[in-house]
Amino acid sequence: MLNVTDILETIGMIREENLDIRTITMGISLLDCVSEDENRLCEKVYDKITRKAEHLVAVGCDIEKKYGIPIVNKRVSVTPVSLVGGTMTPDGYLKLAHTLQRAAETLGINFIGGYSALVHKGMTQGEKNLISVIPEALAETQLVCSSVNVATTKAGINMDAIRMMGSAIKRAAYLTRDNNSIGCAKLVVFANVPEDNPFMAGAFHGVGEPDTVINVGVSGPGVVAAAIKRAGDCNLSELADVIKKTAFKITRVGQLVASEAAERLQTPFGIIDLSLAPTPAIGDSVAHILEGMGLESCGGYGTTAALAMLNDAVKKGGVMASSHVGGLSGAFIPVSEDAGMIAAVERGALTLEKLEAMTAVCSVGLDMIAIPGDVSEDVICGIIADEISIGVANTKTTAVRVIPAYGKKEGDSVNFGGLLGYAPIMPVKPYSPARFVARGGRIPAPIHSLKN
Amino acid sequence: MKAVITVTGKDSVGIIARVSTLCSQYNGNIVDITQSVLSEYFAMIMLVEIDQLSIPFADFADKLAEEGKKCALDIRAMHEDIFNTMHHV
Repeated sequence: MLNVTDILETIGMIREENLDIRTITMGISLLDCVSEDENRLCEKVYDKITRKAEHLVAVGCDIEKKYGIPIVNKRVSVTPVSLVGGTMTPDGYLKLAHTLQRAAETLGINFIGGYSALVHKGMTQGEKNLISVIPEALAETQLVCSSVNVATTKAGINMDAIRMMGSAIKRAAYLTRDNNSIGCAKLVVFANVPEDNPFMAGAFHGVGEPDTVINVGVSGPGVVAAAIKRAGDCNLSELADVIKKTAFKITRVGQLVASEAAERLQTPFGIIDLSLAPTPAIGDSVAHILEGMGLESCGGYGTTAALAMLNDAVKKGGVMASSHVGGLSGAFIPVSEDAGMIAAVERGALTLEKLEAMTAVCSVGLDMIAIPGDVSEDVICGIIADEISIGVANTKTTAVRVIPAYGKKEGDSVNFGGLLGYAPIMPVKPYSPARFVARGGRIPAPIHSLKN
Repeated sequence: MKAVITVTGKDSVGIIARVSTLCSQYNGNIVDITQSVLSEYFAMIMLVEIDQLSIPFADFADKLAEEGKKCALDIRAMHEDIFNTMHHV
């Protein structure tokens, strides 16, 4: 069955083309941890997370050795904490953030997600309390990730929530000013957020999920880029086929790892997320795939078309390789985490406006974009509202993870280190949407949401 | 169950001996070997039965990798399922 060419191809993907499993994420429901007493709730949360995910890291490392493929992150996502801490005070929520941090440290995982709220139609007092302390929580912890869903295609857009998030982002940037405003890198504002996403910072464990679940995110921009290079000057139909075949192979490995992890951890398998997730490493860039497809620079004309084709081909190839596909599933375009995107911004080819257009045809949204520290809250709200509208109108997930880097201006840069990478500060138009944003209320759901 | 051991690097005397000694030491049964040397570049693929290994497979893979480092070779042991899964529907 095995032949030398196949073996060498697989080894080459891992060794030369940065093929890895980006994350094994265990989703854990906290709904049975509810308690009127804040300390008791925190205790139950800590106990449940550390009990359920006790072997996550060890199993991840063992699978890594067995198949010889790196599993870069082992993570945990939990039920949005606003759903379990409905009666909590802001102080209680802060305690809960420290509890999550402590649990993550005990387990030895890379991140824990779910310091989250779903407020697309309105907010409870508990949710307001949570959002009010997100900046402090992100400043005082290192491994806790937060996300807030402010819109869905069904419910429309909650502008009051967007206003709160504009303010939370600015405050998180200020509170982590000594560390390049890194707090904002752990905070995502979503539209149509998926409930089974294994990728951070937006992962949480949805309410329709089982008690625990294993979700896996694959990666492999380097493998796709190399396959495109080998394909040479073929036409676009042939190129789409090359991408599909490569995505199939990548996803099959993800499925293998996911099935094995689920079995060993005695946890149901949830989904494979078919995302091409880049890293700042050379040869692991989505922008370089687009350039390999024939663009002089990512961000130039043709970028949206190339990205749309890439995203579609990745899904078509991946979907047959996995029994369940979910999460975000698409090409990610985070600026700071992608060497090719960084280069495109630095040469002036890639702008915020082009990135916004690109998010209409691929996964997620305006991701890991550093903007000047003096950009006003209103402008950030405007950026969020625009991006979220793309998701709502197109019935897809979009998100905003911008970093208004405190004290930095256009021409400067910020370095977050590790997988979060490095980002040049991008220019932002100064014109204010203040009056539009201040109206508050909800932008009604689009007509095509009325499908019943 | 079988594992695929791949060895790549600069050719030198005794590469196969080193790898097969480790297999024998930890009770891995070699069932197939293919090797080539292209302008001093050595590449070997070895298929080994691992059901009766005397140590956990992860440790076996570590021992091989360590041995590789000693003589500037890249030695990897990977469970055959990763290749079967990736290349066969």
